[in-house]
Amino acid sequence: MTQQYGFFIDSSRCTGCKTCMLACKDLKDLPPEVNFRRVYEYTGGEWTQDGDAWRQDVFSYYTSIACNHCADPACTKVCPTGAMAKHENGFVIVDEEVCIGCKSCAMACPYGAPQYSEVKRHMTKCDGCYGRVAEGKKPVCVEACPLRALDFGPIEELREKHGTLAAVAPLPEDTYTHPSIVIKPNPKARPVGNHDGFLANPREV
Amino acid sequence: MTERRDETMSFMSASPTRRQLLQAAGWCGLATAAAGLSSPFSWSAMAEPAASGVAAASKGIDKTVWSACTVNCGSRCPLRMHVENGVIKWVETDNTGLDVYGEHQVRACLRGRSMRRRVYNPDRLKYPMKRVGRRGEGKFERISWEEAYDLVADNLKRVIAEHGNEAVYLNYGTGTLGGSVTRSWPPANSLIARLMNLCGGYLNHYGTYSTAQISFATPFTYGTSADGNSPSDIANTKLLVMFGNNPAETRMSGGGVIYHLAEARARSNARMIVVDPRYTDTAGGREDEWIPIRPGTDAALVAGLAHVLITENMVDQPFLDRYCVGYDETTLPPEAPRNGHYKAYILGEGPDGIAKTPAWAASITGIPADRIIKLAREIGSTKPCCIMQGWGPQRHANGEMSSRAVLMLAILTGNVGISGGGSGGREGSFSIPFERFPTLKNPVSTAIPVFMWTDAIKRGPEMTALRDGIQGKEKLDVPIKFIWNYAGNALVNQHADINRTDEVLGDDSLCEMIVVIDNHMTASARYADVLLPDLTTSEQMDLVMDASAGNMNYLIFADQAIEPLFECRSIYDMCSEIAARMGVKDAFTEGRTQEEWLRHLVEINREKDPALPDLDSFRAAGIYKRHDPDGHHIAYKDFRADPEGHPLKTPSGKIEIYSQRLADIAATWELAPDDVIDPLPIYASTFRGWDSPERKTYPLQLTGFHFKARTHSTYGNVDVLKAAAQQEVWINPIDAGPRGIANGDLVRVFNAEGETRLHAKVTPRIMPGVTAMGEGAWHSADSSKVDHAGSINVLTTQRPSPLAKGNPQHTNLVDVQKVA
Ligand code: SF4
Repeated sequence: MTQQYGFFIDSSRCTGCKTCMLACKDLKDLPPEVNFRRVYEYTGGEWTQDGDAWRQDVFSYYTSIACNHCADPACTKVCPTGAMAKHENGFVIVDEEVCIGCKSCAMACPYGAPQYSEVKRHMTKCDGCYGRVAEGKKPVCVEACPLRALDFGPIEELREKHGTLAAVAPLPEDTYTHPSIVIKPNPKARPVGNHDGFLANPREV
Repeated sequence: MTERRDETMSFMSASPTRRQLLQAAGWCGLATAAAGLSSPFSWSAMAEPAASGVAAASKGIDKTVWSACTVNCGSRCPLRMHVENGVIKWVETDNTGLDVYGEHQVRACLRGRSMRRRVYNPDRLKYPMKRVGRRGEGKFERISWEEAYDLVADNLKRVIAEHGNEAVYLNYGTGTLGGSVTRSWPPANSLIARLMNLCGGYLNHYGTYSTAQISFATPFTYGTSADGNSPSDIANTKLLVMFGNNPAETRMSGGGVIYHLAEARARSNARMIVVDPRYTDTAGGREDEWIPIRPGTDAALVAGLAHVLITENMVDQPFLDRYCVGYDETTLPPEAPRNGHYKAYILGEGPDGIAKTPAWAASITGIPADRIIKLAREIGSTKPCCIMQGWGPQRHANGEMSSRAVLMLAILTGNVGISGGGSGGREGSFSIPFERFPTLKNPVSTAIPVFMWTDAIKRGPEMTALRDGIQGKEKLDVPIKFIWNYAGNALVNQHADINRTDEVLGDDSLCEMIVVIDNHMTASARYADVLLPDLTTSEQMDLVMDASAGNMNYLIFADQAIEPLFECRSIYDMCSEIAARMGVKDAFTEGRTQEEWLRHLVEINREKDPALPDLDSFRAAGIYKRHDPDGHHIAYKDFRADPEGHPLKTPSGKIEIYSQRLADIAATWELAPDDVIDPLPIYASTFRGWDSPERKTYPLQLTGFHFKARTHSTYGNVDVLKAAAQQEVWINPIDAGPRGIANGDLVRVFNAEGETRLHAKVTPRIMPGVTAMGEGAWHSADSSKVDHAGSINVLTTQRPSPLAKGNPQHTNLVDVQKVA
């Protein structure tokens, strides 16, 4: 493997607009139920009445996640056919010609990245837009972001620039798969494993 | 017809095509192509998986064409249509330059990126149709274009002959915005207006569904509808206070207001305080404080803040003395009653005798008094401070006074007309002047408030200037008999109280002819008598502009990406053909085609502004950007620098905190007992408000908000957007709990006007006692009039606000129940 590529996710800037998700859907021609990129809303806080008025400590923030092209992917390990494999430059890609659609990878991946396509009858997943990357472009989600809250590049470079945080609530611990992502946390971010809040948009991700 | 559509649709679900492509061009092809590039990849070493999609992204594309998203979000984005075999295969956006702030790309939001699924939508209107069933039932019969043109022209002639030109109305419609030829808004600048102006004119309206109250009320203060500093100027502020201003969900473009806010605030590190009943995406964890407020009580918060500013000596007295009228007795106009000034109102020395203390404001707004005091001290002691309001606070039954009240914070603290400050209005923008298609002058000067057209159908001749806001005449002489509804969904979906609208329109002896011109079978289209299928922006050429874009604005060359689908025709062709039947074709076209008009417009604009590109270079470049030569737009800068040399357009030339014109209106207009108009920006409670007696039956307030899945109702039929951002009613756990409602449950939201069913978003992001839903969902009612789409306008009222006679679509009371 030459080097590992990955995503930078600036959750302090993300407004949850989902342009990344829809730009991806457009380019990859995905149906409504398949989301190569997903935007998670984590929300919490309590309200208490104070006379006629209210007090609260509400917080909310978004984290946009696609496939993390993990250093130690869970999906490839369980794939019975070898269709899901880690390729050069760290891209984890499903060979759609080989995949039999058994969904083992979907169950193994803690991020929900591999998704079954009813139309294609096999698994589909973010491929890091390796074709665009080969042409010197960035993945379509990155170039689409209206807030410039996403970036992409060699993960070591991203880590040098932005640090090594790779998990915040409601994401899983990064020790499971060593995701190739760097997160700039939202000012209100809660650490991974925190239960102050809840995943507020389960039907959208 | 059907065949053509099927062919198009198979491209939409495209997998075979794409896969064939992949196999043909394939991984190996890509590897070869990549090898020639200076990239760190060594693709040949890789296996050859046939991965989905993107390997083929740049393969097979015959051409890339600049187009635009021309909807009413307040932004405006370029789109780059990648076309293969005459079909749009994917949608890109501005990809030019290095994308550094100031030289940034204008990046489309999720909706623009989904344009392909709007163009090739199963709801597309395919050919002209005429109504066959009851109006609104949605039964139509296909007709030829010739028959359609004849039907429209014959009815237009008949209505004009029988009732006069004032019986013809151009309904508000913002579905095609920012174009030079195609724009539907303002209707008075649309091609329909040009056609009608050549045929004797039509009944005007004033105001908009977006800004009825603020644009009517704030000129009483500033002489013009409140201008604001450019959001790029947030780079120079220390404190930003947003009253119901939420660009992350309203002006979402990556070259628009939210992007400027993010970049400019990153430079100033300004504190940001968000005053809103909802914890918005603009807040999104970036706020220094969220101050939840009961809908419709912004003026009470302002009064409470003013009480602190005044009693703690934090007002800018020299500014108030020199630039303003009516703050205290020194500048109170002689006609005004003693103690009719603002300071007296706040301190309890005015007619109501109530001191507007923080405790008083707390009981109304739901904001604790200590928070009000802290906010006032922060605003009073931070210079400069930028107060910005959005258009949510004004879209209320007391929105005129709320919008004028928010201005007071900027005025009291002397932040008007300076960099880093602001007027208290909504943000402004630099713009590039560009003369559009001339639409001629309307010989008719009579105008109704934009919101009052259903009344004008039902009881037109009863409507008067003093009771119903009729302008240009003492009263309407004739009811509306003919409606042009071009690229608009305010005929049904976006107008208040859909069930009443259905009754008014359902009686075709009232309004006799409704012509709807649109792309899709919207709720409004279902009420057409004649339904004409329009081209989308992708199917024709236009020059597009009018973004709120901070200090870098742009013109977009929206070229024709694909051939017209089905039998759709351009608005220009439709109007030309109807003009022919009305005997005014030559005057209408002046012998030019649409493209010839565009060339002509570019040339006449280049005469005035030689820096503009000619049409062909513009076409090749796709987007023309220009920076504000002044750095940032600063509202009322000239007035601040030289109030005598640059007076405001108010009668006094100054900022009128006390408006004698409003005092006169309050004294002469015929108002309902609970309608309040006041010369000062006071707080008044309203019908359907938080303290209304109706709240016993309908205990929850309901407001609408702009939702990312749609621009108002546009894009509301795009499946991927509907799934990605789902229509839900927001309700606090404190209200959901006793009702047995859990996050995601199906609920009914109802009041005396109607009922809608949708899923609940149980979230602390909305204040207790308040609910909210995104406006614009496509009305979809069953036979008992229950809507199943979460369309808010089955719950809103057609009773107008007192002064602007505007749409109070955020002033609602409802109850919510779990659907068993
Ligand atoms: S909806 Fe507005 S922000 Fe989004 S792409 Fe269209 S013009 Fe741009």
